[in-house]
Amino acid sequence: MIQGHLSLLLVVIPLIAAPITALLPRGRLPWMATLTVAWICAMLAGIQLLAVVDGGVISYELGGWAPPWGIEYRIDALNAFMALIVSVIGAITLPYALLSVEKEIPGQQIPLFYSAFLLCLAGLLGITQTGDIFNLFVFLEISSLSSYALISLGQKRQALTSAYQYLIMGTIGATFFLIGVGLIYSETGTLNMMDLAARLPEVSALKTTHTGFAFIMIGFALKLALFPLHLWLPNAYTYAPTVITVFLAATATKVALYVMLRVLFTVFPTSFVSAAPTNDLFVLSGLAGIIIASIYAVYQTDVKRLLAYSSVAQIGYMALGIGLASALGVTASIVHLFNHALMKGALFMAIGALIFRVGTCSLEKLRGLGRQMPWTFGAIVLGGLSLIGVPGTAGFISKWYLVTAALEQQAWLLIAVILIGSLIAVVYVGKVVETLYFKPTSENNLIIKEAPILLLVPTWLLVFANIYFGLDTDLSLGMAERAVQALGVATR
Amino acid sequence: MMEFIIGHYNYWVAIFLMMVGFYTIISHGNLVKKIIGLNIFQVSVFILYISMSTVHGGSAPIITEGVKVYSNPLPHVLILTAIVVGVATTALGLALVVRIKEAYGTIEEDEIHQMDHSL
Repeated sequence: MIQGHLSLLLVVIPLIAAPITALLPRGRLPWMATLTVAWICAMLAGIQLLAVVDGGVISYELGGWAPPWGIEYRIDALNAFMALIVSVIGAITLPYALLSVEKEIPGQQIPLFYSAFLLCLAGLLGITQTGDIFNLFVFLEISSLSSYALISLGQKRQALTSAYQYLIMGTIGATFFLIGVGLIYSETGTLNMMDLAARLPEVSALKTTHTGFAFIMIGFALKLALFPLHLWLPNAYTYAPTVITVFLAATATKVALYVMLRVLFTVFPTSFVSAAPTNDLFVLSGLAGIIIASIYAVYQTDVKRLLAYSSVAQIGYMALGIGLASALGVTASIVHLFNHALMKGALFMAIGALIFRVGTCSLEKLRGLGRQMPWTFGAIVLGGLSLIGVPGTAGFISKWYLVTAALEQQAWLLIAVILIGSLIAVVYVGKVVETLYFKPTSENNLIIKEAPILLLVPTWLLVFANIYFGLDTDLSLGMAERAVQALGVATR
Repeated sequence: MMEFIIGHYNYWVAIFLMMVGFYTIISHGNLVKKIIGLNIFQVSVFILYISMSTVHGGSAPIITEGVKVYSNPLPHVLILTAIVVGVATTALGLALVVRIKEAYGTIEEDEIHQMDHSL
């Protein structure tokens, strides 16, 4: 019985749990509830992935209304993989959240914090599950509104202004998406993605369709923080509470990338997309993002901001993979999406452990702490190596595939930029490692001890995942290849 | 030509409002005015949706005797959802502005910038 409603339960459970959590008394009960829900979701997502892994498709009709009239949840390998990434990251973040949230969020707000967290989880999972493009907009807004609220809970007052900035940019992005959906609806009369895919070829010559496509792409490029539309991201990641930075960095932009892939490869016909200058724009913004955002990262004095700029650069690699528009390129993009969730999750968690002890993430004040917090420092080093793309880590696998995809098309410039980007990553990761380990500790930091075990275990879980998926690529690469098959990417 | 301009007047209104809203968001430094701009921008999209649901000679989509042609009700329903989303966004945005006013004592963007950088 559960099997049949699996794809809906993934969304409904966190959605129902959110208001209940808000009503729970203070203390650890809200956390327990959220943890349980996140683990149930991760389990359901795992079962769902197993059900579609052999190329099967789950189609769930909401309320028994047959598509294209009713809303359909349509799960193939790509959806199921994305849902697994989101829910597993949620499940790993939550054990970490207990202490970190108690330290950063005032007691009376904790139930509301977890309630908003669950709403955000429900929204992100909803985006991955739904097969209806307007339903996707609604879930996008559920996840966005809750993430604005979560970001504004950061300790510094800049958290408020960055949440506001994100709200303005995010709403513009979402409204652009809404305009685009409206325009293609006016040409096709349908909102179901599969139905759209069937009807769009007839109207693909019309200007309205082109305009709608452009609005959808720009709208989601804002949500994805694709360079140069990334301005909200560094502030939001820097000032948000640690747990939220970890969760959003590993999931929110990834889900936006998923929507891009879905729209580009499932909804719109291949000939239409390749006739528009989409691929060139992806390559161009990818290249610019990798170089410029990486250089920005080098000059940051705040570790969280440094990693945030590095995130913009990593999104550039994913955009590059899409822009190559070959099966191999998109595979590389999806693998990097997965690996980047692992490495940024691990790094932001390790930085969060430093913040937990010191209360700041300015590099100047973290001098020499690596020697006092060896486990945290070890996590930063290994996560950093993965970010650079050293062989034996997950980062290497995705960059290897990206370079192979570029080689396939003899795009030498792209290969050069990918390598330069990695070299700049060596510089900024090196800067963090140097400050943490080789600089003398400032006097008032001498009493600082290793982070609590509850913070270290989730961090190291992600660090091990980084190494594991650098050696055994069955899950990451295998799933990405199946996802690309499900998308039906052909070499253009 | 005239017919094209007059025949599409509701679309012109939508585009005009869209640009007014967008310009307000970009040009104004006052955080409340930005929210107002955002609202105008969203309302223009509502008008766009409602305009395209019109069917020539169609009546409101309520079953009445003697009426054969109805306007498309689906965009109306979609826009009801979008209005709710817009209200939630406005409420959250204004709540943030209140908190910003408490933390900074001002809601002018340039003054906030100055205060953050002089720290």
